[in-house]
Amino acid sequence: MTAVVIEKLRPSRTAAAVAPVPLNRLIHVELRKMFDTRSGFWLIASVAMTALVATASVILFGRDGDLTYANFGKAVGFPMAVILPMIAILSVTSEWSQRSGLTTFALVPNRKRVILAKAYAAVAVGAASMLVALGIGAVGTVVCTAVNGTSPVWDVSVVDGVYIVLGNVLGMLTGFMLGVLIRSSAGAIVAYFVYSFVLGSAFALLAQNQQWFHDARPWIDVNYAQSVLFEGAPSAQEWAHIGFTALIWLVVPLTIGLRRLMRSEIK
Amino acid sequence: MISVKSLTKKYGSYTAVDDVSFVAAPGRVTGFLGPNGAGKSTTMRMIVGLTRPTSGSARIAGSLALNLPNPGRQVGVLLDASAQHAGRTGRETLTLARQTMGLPASRVGEVLDLVGLTAAEADRRVGAYSLGMRQRLGLAVALLGEPEVLVLDEPANGLDPAGIRWMRDLLRSYADGGATVLLSSHLLHEIEIVADDLVVIGDGRIVAQGTKTELLQDAGTVVRAADCDRLADALRDAGYSVAPTAGDGLRTDGDAALVGAVALRAGVALTELRAADGAGLEEMFLELTESTQREGVPA
Repeated sequence: MTAVVIEKLRPSRTAAAVAPVPLNRLIHVELRKMFDTRSGFWLIASVAMTALVATASVILFGRDGDLTYANFGKAVGFPMAVILPMIAILSVTSEWSQRSGLTTFALVPNRKRVILAKAYAAVAVGAASMLVALGIGAVGTVVCTAVNGTSPVWDVSVVDGVYIVLGNVLGMLTGFMLGVLIRSSAGAIVAYFVYSFVLGSAFALLAQNQQWFHDARPWIDVNYAQSVLFEGAPSAQEWAHIGFTALIWLVVPLTIGLRRLMRSEIK
Repeated sequence: MISVKSLTKKYGSYTAVDDVSFVAAPGRVTGFLGPNGAGKSTTMRMIVGLTRPTSGSARIAGSLALNLPNPGRQVGVLLDASAQHAGRTGRETLTLARQTMGLPASRVGEVLDLVGLTAAEADRRVGAYSLGMRQRLGLAVALLGEPEVLVLDEPANGLDPAGIRWMRDLLRSYADGGATVLLSSHLLHEIEIVADDLVVIGDGRIVAQGTKTELLQDAGTVVRAADCDRLADALRDAGYSVAPTAGDGLRTDGDAALVGAVALRAGVALTELRAADGAGLEEMFLELTESTQREGVPA
């Protein structure tokens, strides 16, 4: 076999005239990489399972008043909002933890383009997943009210939907940021849980006991500030909270992480 | 073609690669030889743009790796066969590289055949691969874009003897097709079978380079002249052995002073006269290796 095949082994002579790799191709590849691994598969499977359980419990245990579009949407959207940022984390960290970066960055030595493609992919997944959640929620609402013989309650406006998508995209970017900053799968996932849950509880406890922190909390607690996006239209003050917390908890660490990543050595 | 100019990499006060310059020419296999830790991998990472040099530069087909429009089509890289995502199948790994390079889907099957991975093996996850299979997969990724340049770091690691033979034939035929092949090894015997040119590195510095024939011949003198034939005759008449070298030179067992005297008497103008720097490549290589080996040395 070998001898026959090797006869045809000639380097391509047209290589000098090859076209550059376009960014949309890199985004497509990075999207595919998010879901083509074993861990990617199980993360998606866990989203589907928890969404199914949550939807079922809304139907089984919810009173008639609970069978609203918002509740169905949340049942599917909440597990996505928690789990999908881990996909954004792994998208960056696996290049180092699994060392696949040795191939990725040899094929595209311009790291900015790879990282930019990963960022676009994370935003796309963040937006698309919430649209899927809202879509499934709509189906659930229609089916369930038809079965119960009640009229559907459409309590999520288009504007609310946009805020939900924005909130989830910010969550995806948080995962992306932690991946860029820490560049280790285990470390970044632990940091993500501290960031999203431990820190939130600690801030809540502090706010209960210290009046000064109770007042300052919306300017410091990023999860608290962003949570209003899932509860309807934020006020101007609340937008300022979202912007300021995103600056200190997202933009600053991301900038530091990107600077270090660009200079690092791929081994 | 790969041209490396004064490439240097420092980590703090430690110099891993120190002023390394060489050229790997098209149509030839260039062996990059040195003991473990000599700076081979760091040099190769700098060539393909994964590590930033402290100073100096490396160019592939005349441009920095960073500036190649579609690097996968121009340089095939295999630096570490273990550096693949364990949770992806071999086929998926190739598909991602294929899509990045913008190649037709049929190319994946072609390279799988080429490196001898079966369809069933390609559908298994890389985490379940043996080192030999990972080497084959890594080589498949490198060959995918039919590049004119190959940069391979210890590609024979983990291959069985038949696999090593296969790899050698493949690289030979790839170079014969006009490609530039740079491959590293820490084993002299492994590399002298396949390489045309050798670059020997120790402690970050180049200690010898040239064609394999030049480097592996015994000590003597290499001489080039405007009229080599007349010089060869004069040397034979004076009782020295004479053999042609690559690049129109002569190798003789006389030392430089005697060869110069013979040339003067024969009235031949010399264009080059130097001691053959291959004086025991093997001994030199052993010395290099021993100085970095820690076995048997009390800590």
